[in-house]
Amino acid sequence: MSTLTTVDDATAPQTRVDGSFGGKSSGRAFKDQLARVVMWTAFFVALIPLVWILAATFVKGGRMLLDIDWWTVSQSGITARREGGGAVHAIQGTLIQAGVTALISVPIGVLTAVYLVEYGRGRLAKAVSFMVDILTGIPSIVAGLFIYALWVTTFNFQRVGFAVCLALTMLMIPTVVRSTEEMLKLVPNELREASYALGVPKWKTIMKVVVPTAFSGIVTGILLGLARVMGETAPLIILGPYTPVIATNLFDGLMPTLPTMIYQNYPESLQPSVDRTWGAALTLILIIFILNLLGRFIGRFSKVRS
Amino acid sequence: MLGTDPLLFFERFCTVKIQRLGAMASLALVGSIALAGCGSDNTSDTTDSGSGDNASSASADCFEGTLNAEGSSAQKNAFEEVAAGYKAKCSGAQVNYNPSGSGAGIKQFIAGQVDFAGSDSALKTEPKDGVVEAEAAAKACGSPAWNLPMVTGPIAIAYNLEGVDKLVLTPAVAADIFSGKITTWNDPKIAAINEGVELPATPIKPFFRSDESGTTENFTKYLKAAAPENWAGEPAKSWTGKGEGKAKSAGVAEGVKSTPGGITYVEWSYAKDNDLGVAQVDNGAGAVELNSESVGKAVATAEQTGTGNDLALKLDYATKEPGAYPINLVTYEIVCSKGKDAEKQKNIKAFLKYFASEEAQKTIEEIGYAPLPAEVEKKVQTAIDAIS
Amino acid sequence: MSSITGHSVTDELPHDDGRPPLDADKAGTGRLGDRIFGGLATGSGIFVIALVTLVGVFLIAQAVPSLLNNNANFLTSREWVPSGTDPRFGIVDLLWATVVTSIIAMLIAVPLGVSVALFITQYAPSWLSRPAAALVDLLAAVPSIVYGFWGLKVAGDYFQPVAKFTDTVLGWLPFFEWGGRPSAKSTLAFAGIILAIMILPIVTAISREVFSQVPTAHKEGALALGATKWEMIRTAVLPFGKPGVISAAMLGLGRALGETLAVTLLLSALNPSAPFSFSIFGGGETFASRIANDAGEFDSPQKTGAYIAAGLVLFILTFIVNAAARVVIERRKAFTE
Repeated sequence: MSTLTTVDDATAPQTRVDGSFGGKSSGRAFKDQLARVVMWTAFFVALIPLVWILAATFVKGGRMLLDIDWWTVSQSGITARREGGGAVHAIQGTLIQAGVTALISVPIGVLTAVYLVEYGRGRLAKAVSFMVDILTGIPSIVAGLFIYALWVTTFNFQRVGFAVCLALTMLMIPTVVRSTEEMLKLVPNELREASYALGVPKWKTIMKVVVPTAFSGIVTGILLGLARVMGETAPLIILGPYTPVIATNLFDGLMPTLPTMIYQNYPESLQPSVDRTWGAALTLILIIFILNLLGRFIGRFSKVRS
Repeated sequence: MLGTDPLLFFERFCTVKIQRLGAMASLALVGSIALAGCGSDNTSDTTDSGSGDNASSASADCFEGTLNAEGSSAQKNAFEEVAAGYKAKCSGAQVNYNPSGSGAGIKQFIAGQVDFAGSDSALKTEPKDGVVEAEAAAKACGSPAWNLPMVTGPIAIAYNLEGVDKLVLTPAVAADIFSGKITTWNDPKIAAINEGVELPATPIKPFFRSDESGTTENFTKYLKAAAPENWAGEPAKSWTGKGEGKAKSAGVAEGVKSTPGGITYVEWSYAKDNDLGVAQVDNGAGAVELNSESVGKAVATAEQTGTGNDLALKLDYATKEPGAYPINLVTYEIVCSKGKDAEKQKNIKAFLKYFASEEAQKTIEEIGYAPLPAEVEKKVQTAIDAIS
Repeated sequence: MSSITGHSVTDELPHDDGRPPLDADKAGTGRLGDRIFGGLATGSGIFVIALVTLVGVFLIAQAVPSLLNNNANFLTSREWVPSGTDPRFGIVDLLWATVVTSIIAMLIAVPLGVSVALFITQYAPSWLSRPAAALVDLLAAVPSIVYGFWGLKVAGDYFQPVAKFTDTVLGWLPFFEWGGRPSAKSTLAFAGIILAIMILPIVTAISREVFSQVPTAHKEGALALGATKWEMIRTAVLPFGKPGVISAAMLGLGRALGETLAVTLLLSALNPSAPFSFSIFGGGETFASRIANDAGEFDSPQKTGAYIAAGLVLFILTFIVNAAARVVIERRKAFTE
């Protein structure tokens, strides 16, 4: 992701010869300055919400995270008006669901990318690529509705954690496909040719040469995709309502998560509940940011770069 | 560049092997945190030893195992409170409640997916979508299914009006307010029933539940029954009157709290939590304040429509009984009178016995429900004893 | 690393060196391992196609029975009573709220996002451009429910004076009328602003990538002719980046249309008998927020079907927008080749 900065402020010509742009007038210089000011302002305006959200969440929710209970106990038996309890049930639920979602979507996503880059040509490849784009654009609530239509109304199953994972999988597959595809395309063809020349079969070439070369980049893409689905709430509201107790079985009963914990508590105006909601929001942001940073960090080690 | 980018600096000292290890390790880390399964449901205040007979409070029959119930979200808070209390006594007993709605609860009960259902309304005896609930449930149980009233949730008419601590509303005036016919607080119709109260000229801003809700259904049932001339809409789970919609009970309560001149109908507990004014209701026999006594009185006078131990009640919303608060929501536990699984029935019996006990009913009073009045409680206990 | 937005322009560019995937079928013929692996990869690709098809088929299959029972016109009715013996439901209000909030979001996010992208690629000193891009990307990492909660509890209160001011100055226009109800943070306008913040990263990321691909020769040529930096941007960077910006805007729009939680938390619903209003300072519910609000009470197939029908419309809407974005990108590809 090298940014082109060949035209730098310092090197830009300060005095200009009269050319097709006409003489240097104060009007043009003014416009130029104005544009500069506008761009800088736009950047700072864009940062306001980020800083504001982070500051608000830290100030209002930070206290909750300092309590050891937050990380060790659930909300079982704690009602909105009572202080105490923790968020471990929701943290666990979020991590378990994210883990299982990754487990399902990574193989499918990576294989689809391998198909697109290494095998695909012709109509089918075009169709797959198009469908991946459509999948990228599917609103998360529609993904939730689809799984509901499949899991609950068609198969008559209960709403369980695994159904949530399926919905999240739909949202994660396209991000994994796109980022992996990008990385695989960057692997030089010379590497493949060298491998084939040594008589290595195609599948081994892909597994032992192409994928390992792009490995860090693929992992980055996966972590960033995971970070995205972790914050998804809409499918969870439809498929996995909140429950205040620890649940680790994906196939039995409801599984609490951080987003549903926030959703359950957001309208409450009782202080203990409000505090917990901010606490849950902060915890969720922290987990997602850590994944993001981890992803970017690993991305730096990538042997192939755009 | 080195100064501003420590990562890049670090990168130069890393070898290829370590990179892959690092990436794998981080993935493994994410996985292991997720599956570590640490933490517990036990909070510090529920450290009862958990033996059956606890000397400090009334004893409860204990069982080992899990019960699953599903249904009305109106009784969710009460149910969870009681389930937590029961677990504190019997550490081996886990009672789960899935608040997916009354209809869903009954459906699951008939399908045999849950051990008992929670519902805002008793099993219907007339066909709905081609199914007679009561018959289907009896067929599923192999015996009649009973409706046991367990949780009473009064619905408050909550308002936010500075300087007005006491407000009386008649059903007709309430209906006019919620259907947009009365639009300011100092309307002569309101003033007429609130003599001596200084009403401001603030516009009235009604809030309603934008999600479907049993509270809306019961409140509109009340308006329709007590003021049929002023309330045109049919009682339904979705709102048919005027106002601004907010999701969930807490949402409407919050809306009223942040809006001077706001008014809404909401479960009592939410009105209390938000320090909202609660209107007294005058059904024709004088203004009645909302408290557990006045609610109990209304429930006690309700007509029993079920036979024998089936305690389906019919609340008289238009009741003129002095001192009875008329807007209530009674939620039931729906159980098999004689189950196919004797062990399960015993467990259900033990839990419900605790639920109906004075002790459990008192704990739910703290969170804004009203306890069952004594005579109803007695009937419920008798019915529970007859479960087998 | 724009993959955080799930989309990258590099995907759409022709292969770096213009060659098709290396054809090594000879290396792979006959061997079991190859057939299995190739089959798996192709299978995954087909699975993705099947998945999207299934989404469409399932949503249609479950929506149709409800739609047939519907006693109101689904496309022109403003009612929403999906259950009972006389189900009547239509999408007019939902469509209006969805489109209005998304358009407000676009009107804010596209100019802002393009400016930020120009800042990052053209104006920022080189030490700043990378961290600046990362910071804007971090906006995409904040979960949507947190945006909603923040808007509801923190930022919303600061919107009250803005709404009041707009009402006094422009209130004579039906679009900006605001009677003090619902409270400013529950209006379509404010939901649109929150959506704008949420789609800002995707608009910025895509614009940034196209801007950074402007051939240096174009830029230096403009400068050599004596253009100021702004003139260089106007004559070299923006025309080159235009298709990219358009597709960025479309993808942002697609995101905004389907965004659920931030909107659900903020918006006040209209009562069933409220007159239709053109004002952006009114309440309403979007497709997504209506579905999310009632998700707890899907208790009969008839009712569930009605919500699925609403979801289907949303799906079709985003499908069209995303496909349009795709077409714009394809055309640019043809242009640059």
